[in-house]
Amino acid sequence: MATPDVTMDGRRKLLMDRSVPGRMGTTLPPLDVPAQPLPSKGLLRDDLPMPEVSESELVRYFSQISQFNFSIDHNFYPLGSCTMKYNPKVNDEMAGMPGMAEIHPNQPPETVQGALKLMHRLQGYLAEATGMAGASLAPMAGAEGELTGLLMARAYHLSRGDAKRKKVLIPDSAHGTNPASAAMAGFQVLALPTDTNGNTDAEALKASVGDDLAAFMITQPSTLGLFDANLLELVHIVREAGGIVYGDGANLNALLGRVKLGDLGFDVVHSNLHKTFTQPHGGGGPGAGAVMVSRRLLPFLPTPLVEQRKGPDGKEQYVLATPPKTIGKMGAFHGNFGALVRAYSYIRTLGDAGVAEVSRDAVINANYILSQLKGHYDLPYDRRCMHEAVFSARNLRHKHGVSALDVAKRLIDYGVHPPTMYFPLIVEEALMIEPTETESKETLDQFIATMKAIAREAAENPKLLHDAPHNTPNTRLDEARAARQPDLRWRKA
Amino acid sequence: MESHGFTSPYTPNTDAERSEMLNAIGAGSVDELFKDIPQQHRNPKLNLPPPLSELELRRDIEALARMNAVPGDYACFLGGGAYRHHVPAVVRQLVSRSEFMTSYTPYQPEVSQGTLQAHFEFQSLICQLTGMEVANAGMYDGATSLAEGCLMAARVTKRNKVMVLDTVSPAYRAVVKTFVEAPQLEEIVVAPAQANPTNEFACVVVQQPNFFGYLEDVEALARRTHSVGALLVVAVDLVSLGMFKPPGEYGADIVVGEGQSLGVAPTFGGPYVGIFACKEQYIRQMPGRIVGRTVDTRGRTGYVLTLQTREQHIRRERATSNICTSVGLIALMATIYMAANGRRGLRHVAELCYHKAHYAASLVSKIPGYSLPAQGTFFREFVIQCPRPPAEINRKLLERRIIGGLDVSDRYPNGMLLCCTEVNSREEIETLAKALAEVGKA
Repeated sequence: MATPDVTMDGRRKLLMDRSVPGRMGTTLPPLDVPAQPLPSKGLLRDDLPMPEVSESELVRYFSQISQFNFSIDHNFYPLGSCTMKYNPKVNDEMAGMPGMAEIHPNQPPETVQGALKLMHRLQGYLAEATGMAGASLAPMAGAEGELTGLLMARAYHLSRGDAKRKKVLIPDSAHGTNPASAAMAGFQVLALPTDTNGNTDAEALKASVGDDLAAFMITQPSTLGLFDANLLELVHIVREAGGIVYGDGANLNALLGRVKLGDLGFDVVHSNLHKTFTQPHGGGGPGAGAVMVSRRLLPFLPTPLVEQRKGPDGKEQYVLATPPKTIGKMGAFHGNFGALVRAYSYIRTLGDAGVAEVSRDAVINANYILSQLKGHYDLPYDRRCMHEAVFSARNLRHKHGVSALDVAKRLIDYGVHPPTMYFPLIVEEALMIEPTETESKETLDQFIATMKAIAREAAENPKLLHDAPHNTPNTRLDEARAARQPDLRWRKA
Repeated sequence: MESHGFTSPYTPNTDAERSEMLNAIGAGSVDELFKDIPQQHRNPKLNLPPPLSELELRRDIEALARMNAVPGDYACFLGGGAYRHHVPAVVRQLVSRSEFMTSYTPYQPEVSQGTLQAHFEFQSLICQLTGMEVANAGMYDGATSLAEGCLMAARVTKRNKVMVLDTVSPAYRAVVKTFVEAPQLEEIVVAPAQANPTNEFACVVVQQPNFFGYLEDVEALARRTHSVGALLVVAVDLVSLGMFKPPGEYGADIVVGEGQSLGVAPTFGGPYVGIFACKEQYIRQMPGRIVGRTVDTRGRTGYVLTLQTREQHIRRERATSNICTSVGLIALMATIYMAANGRRGLRHVAELCYHKAHYAASLVSKIPGYSLPAQGTFFREFVIQCPRPPAEINRKLLERRIIGGLDVSDRYPNGMLLCCTEVNSREEIETLAKALAEVGKA
C-alpha cells in the first residue's frame, strides 16, 4: 500500500487557507440600539482580510494540532531549570471563577476587596517563604522580576547619591535572562567563573568587587543543580563592598522550607510562580515573577502594592499603595492576577505542613536519578545535587559520535520530553535533568531504564539516535533555513 | 474514624519509597541531601496557614470572590485599557486542553508543533488585522509592548529621545518611563498639537483611538515623524480594527497593543498579551519570540522558534530584550477568538461597540448638567463631564448596581470615561442614563 503524501497533511493547513467566504465560527447579538451615524469613509478600512471558518472546523483544527505537543499532563518532562511539575486542576478552576476572572482592573478598590485580600495574603506568604520583608506581585514573568529587582538596586544606590555603582556580577552558570536584565537596567555585566567543585569562585568575586559594584546576581541552587557551599562567604563579600545581593529564584523549588534566602542576607529574590508555584506554562507563558525584598529595598518596590489599613468604620480594608521611592510601574495594571490566584491556591493546599515536602521530594527524586545514571553518563560535578542533576554526554560523543542533542531527541521516541541541553554553557554536551517532586518512583525507574537503553543504542546503532525522533509530526527541522530566509506569516499563495 | 495526617496529592512517593530511594542514593536521611545549606539556617520555621482540602479551598476562594462586585452581576461601563467582550465558549475550551496549557516554551520543535503552528497563526492574523508586515508571538501586555517598542526604536535609529503624546494611556506612559530611564533614554510627553519631533527623536508614540476613546490625526503625525527620520509607534486598539483603518495603511513603523480585548477575560488586569508588529526591515531588532516556517529532514513543512540570536538565551547582555517566558497561552486565546469571529464577526463586534457607545453618548449629552467635553470621532469610549465629582457619582451608581466609568477628572473637569461594548445591552445603557440623571442632582 502506498504511504499517503505527508505534505498533504490537512492538519497543517492554516486558517487563512481554510477560509471559505460565508462561514462563521460563533454567533453575535443583533444591534439593539438605534443605528448611529458612521464616521467618514476615509477613517474606515475597506477590507478585513480575516479567516472565515465554522465553529466545528475550528475545534477540530486546534484539537488536532494540540496533539502535536508533548505536555506535562501526557509526558514526563524533566526539563532542567524549568520545573515542569504537575499543575493542579483545582487552581485553574479557582482562577476561572467569575468572581476572580470577570473583575475589571479599573474597579474602585472598595469593589474588589476579595481580590486585594488574596493578593495581600500572597505577598505575605511569598515574603515568609523567602524570609524577606515585603513582596511585589507586579512583574509578569521571571525576567521582568529580574529587571524589577535590578531597577530597585539602581534606585537604591542613586538614592544614596552613589552614582558610580554600574557593575553587576553574574556567575557564568546563570540563565541568559540575568545578563540581559542587567543590561536593560543600564548596568555593565561581568561574568564570574565557576570553580572545579561547581561553586562560584569566591576569589574571583573578591577580586571583582569595588565601589563600582551595584549588585551580585546568583541563582540558588545554581543551574548546575548545586547549592553553593560558599554562599555565606559570597554574600558577605558583596555586602561588605556595598553591593545588593540578588537571588534568582528560578530554582526556588529546591529551597522551599529548607532555607530562607533572606536569612542569608539576600536583598532581592524573585520567584517564577509558573515554576515553583504551579502556574501552567501554557506553551510559553503566562507566568508571574513576584519579587521579594529586604527592608532596605521596601521603599523602592514597584507600584502598586496591596496594603491593609483600618477603614473609617474600623474594619480591615485593602488598598493599592505606591511605595515612597517606587521605581514605577512594570505593567499596565497589577500583575498577572490569574497566576496569582493559582499560586495562592497552591500554597493554601499545601500549607505549612506541605511546603517542605515539595523540596524534599524534588531533591530526593533528582538525587535518585543522579545515583542511578552515574557511570552511564558523565557527571561533571560529582557531588550530591539539589533539584536537578546535570550530566554530560561527552563520553558518548567521544566514543560513538553521539551528542547531547541526539540523546535528547531519542528520548522523544520513548515518550519523554528532552531534558534541557547545552545549558549551563560551562558544561560540555550538558543534559540537565529536573524530575520535580510530582513524579513517582515508577516514572523515574522507567526514565532511568530508558536513559540506559539510549546509552547502549549510542554504542550499537548511533544512526538511530542521529535520526531521532522517528514518530513525531516532524523529524528534525531546518533551523538554519528558518533564520536565513525568515518566513514568519501566512501569505496568499 | 481514622484520622489522616496531611498527604499532598501532588507528591506520589510514599515513606517506604522514599527510604528505598535514599538507600539507593546512599544517604542516611533527607537532611543529609541539604547539608550544603548552612546548618544554622537549615529547616527554618515557616509561618504559613495549615493545609486546606479542596473543599475548604473552594470555600475560601468563594468567600473572597463574594467580596468583589462582579461585572455581569453589576452593569459595568469601565474601559481604560481593559475591555469586557463576549468570549465564545470555544476559546476557553480549546485553551484548556492540556496539550496547550501544560506544555513548555517550544524549544523542542518536534514535540511542540501544536504551539508553534498556533503561534504562527497568531503572527499571521495580527499582521492581517494591523496591516503590518511581521509580528512576534506576543509580549506581557500592551504597556510593556509599548515600552519595548520605544527601546527598539532607539536601537533602530540610534537616538535617545522618545516623544509620547499626552493622550496615550497614563499607565502606558508610566511603564515607558520605568523602562527608558535606566538605559539613559528620555521620555518627552507632549500634547498632540505640539508633536513636532526633531531629528533627536527615535520615535513618536500615539495611541489610536487615544486613551479617551477619540481618533488622532495619525496621517499628519506620520508625515511629521518620518520627515525627521523618526519611527511612528502606534498603540492600537485591536477591536477598533474591525472597522477602522489599520496602522499599516498610515505608515506605522511599530505597532503595539493590548490583546486582552481579543477573547481574554479582564481577570483584574492579567494575564493579557501584548501585540507587537513592525515593518519587515526591523525584524532583527524586534524583541520577543518569533516563530518561522521551515522544513524537516523529509521536506515536510514545520515550525520553529527563529531569529533566536536576538534573544537572551543566546546573546545574553547584548540581547534585544530579556523576555523569556511570555504569554503563549493568551496569544492562543486571541488567535482562536480572531478565528471564531472571523472577517464578519470582528466587523460586527466593532460596529456594536461603536453604535452602543454613540447611543449612550447621545443619551448622556441630553441629561441636564452633563456634557461631552471632547470633540472628534470616538470608537467605544468617550468622556462625559459630570455635574459633580465622578467618584461621588460612581459611589451612588454602585448602590444601583452599576459600576460607572473611569474617573479622568485629572484631565477633564469632573470627567468620566465611559465605555460600551456588545456586552452592554440597550436596557443597561438606558438604565445608566436614568441613574446618571438621578445621581447628578445635588
